[in-house]
Amino acid sequence: MRYSAFSIVKNALSGNLKWKPQWRQAEPKSHYDVIIVGGGGHGLATAYYLAKEFGVKNVAVLEKGYLGSGNVGRNTTIVRSNYMLPGNEPFYEFSMKLWEGLERELNYNVMLSQRGVIMLYHNDGQRDAYIRRGNAMWMEGVAAELIERDQLKKMIPFLNYDHARYPILGGLLQRRAGTARHDAVAWGYARGADRHGVDIIEHCEVTAIRRENGVVSGVETTKGFIGCGKLALAAAGNSSRVSEMADLKLPIESHVLQAFVTEGLKPCIDHVIVYGGGHFYISQSDKGGLVFGAEIDGYTSYAQRGNLATAEHVMEEGVTMIPGLSRVRVLRSWAGVMDMSMDGSPIIDRTPIDNLYLNCGWCYGGFKATPASGYCFAHLIAKNDTHPVARFLRLDRFARGYAVDEAGAGPQPNLH
Amino acid sequence: MASLITCPHCGVRPKEEFAIRGDASLVRPAPTASDEAWHDYVYVRTNPRGRTLEHWQHVAGCRRFLVVERDTFTHDVHSVTDGAAFARENGR
Ligand SMILES: Cc1cc2nc3c(=O)[nH]c(=O)nc-3n(C[C@H](O)[C@H](O)[C@H](O)COP(=O)(O)OP(=O)(O)OC[C@H]3O[C@@H](n4cnc5c(N)ncnc54)[C@H](O)[C@@H]3O)c2cc1C
Ligand SMILES: [Zn+2]
Repeated sequence: MRYSAFSIVKNALSGNLKWKPQWRQAEPKSHYDVIIVGGGGHGLATAYYLAKEFGVKNVAVLEKGYLGSGNVGRNTTIVRSNYMLPGNEPFYEFSMKLWEGLERELNYNVMLSQRGVIMLYHNDGQRDAYIRRGNAMWMEGVAAELIERDQLKKMIPFLNYDHARYPILGGLLQRRAGTARHDAVAWGYARGADRHGVDIIEHCEVTAIRRENGVVSGVETTKGFIGCGKLALAAAGNSSRVSEMADLKLPIESHVLQAFVTEGLKPCIDHVIVYGGGHFYISQSDKGGLVFGAEIDGYTSYAQRGNLATAEHVMEEGVTMIPGLSRVRVLRSWAGVMDMSMDGSPIIDRTPIDNLYLNCGWCYGGFKATPASGYCFAHLIAKNDTHPVARFLRLDRFARGYAVDEAGAGPQPNLH
Repeated sequence: MASLITCPHCGVRPKEEFAIRGDASLVRPAPTASDEAWHDYVYVRTNPRGRTLEHWQHVAGCRRFLVVERDTFTHDVHSVTDGAAFARENGR
């Protein structure tokens, strides 16, 4: 069913009893041309573009939990393309452009809200760094604006401008950036993929990868063996575990990242604001809750829960930036398992096994990448060739000396 | 993650006093080892779900490097050993 104003009226008249499920509850066939492991945003987007853009229709997505139970349903929904390095910026800008057409493309309201993302600076060195980053963005054709203190005060009056240690001197603004509804992105891609014939199989955990003559012949799952021509891994925080099934070790550590939401408030924060004295960021959801988070907890973890000390630290950062936050009550907190790579940038590549493809290393920033990641991964799987905007995001880049390290932190995942 | 770490030198301390360096199961290759061996040492991780060994430095205490054995899924801490003692015991 196509969604439209007409379909809403029609269904309202029949008591909203005739809406159809958005995707079929498929049972696995014995063989697929392509199997994708992981029904998060990236796996679903990959399936969608494989079927729609690249004509590969005999595709299954295997998800061990329910659809959207991973990081795609746990993130703080920020989408932006304000990266600095030439290895990243064209990729994220390609993603931003796909976001801008996504609702039309999917016939689904993903609630993209281009409210602007502003990253604050607190000293002259940071200001210089942001000017440099803004210029790097312009060189890739992406608009960036430096907002100085007086102008910023008019835009966002409630910040703690005169903090003794981290006074706020201004910020780098990308107006086209913003937020999107995370669940809707998963559901929209799932519905789109399903309509192009993709089987989405939930509660189906991959437990082993079967290989014959050096290539993958299929996967063992909790629903039995399923054969495939090509296998594509998009398991985010569990990437090392699924790769290990094919004796592949990755430049990845799994870390935990927490997020928080407050009680609903009247509209008060119009942008996504990112603190420069730490990693704190905040936006207001359409329901009114303030959604915020900061850095990863710092230790490797596969548990989807964080430590209280980090929660306290995040709140302190928030109150340092917006003192008024101290009066707001936090409703919920949660966490996800992040596939932190050795340079903070992702990997979309082939592997030493011919028909095994890898998509991982998204760190805490893979939601914004969902459309481009799906598109580029589908391109790679279908054509066996890297999409131009993903050409720096290779698995062997560390060995070749071409790390894509935005933070300049070196091979230390808990510092990216 | 457990909130308390028992430093062999300082006793029970909040985990915020420690800086986490990373995987302690890796063995540094010889200076003349191959590029592959160095690449694996610097960039590739087992990243286990379960028991793991990590270097933690007690930066707000004795400043010793410690080896913390803990579970990445349950977050239980099984043992904390002084880094030098760990190296000796394991013949490194
Ligand atoms: C708290 C938090 C805040 C974040 N904020 C942002 C943000 O503001 N902006 C941004 O861009 N990014 C953000 N991120 C990062 C972003 O959410 C992730 O990088 C991205 O969602 C990862 O891709 P995915 O959606 O495919 O992952 P997932 O949704 O995690 O998908 C992977 C799936 O693989 C499945 N799986 C794993 N192993 C198996 C197996 N053996 N068999 C079958 N299935 C398996 C999992 O169940 C999971 O559903 C945040 C993440 C967190 C946790
Ligand atoms: Zn100590």
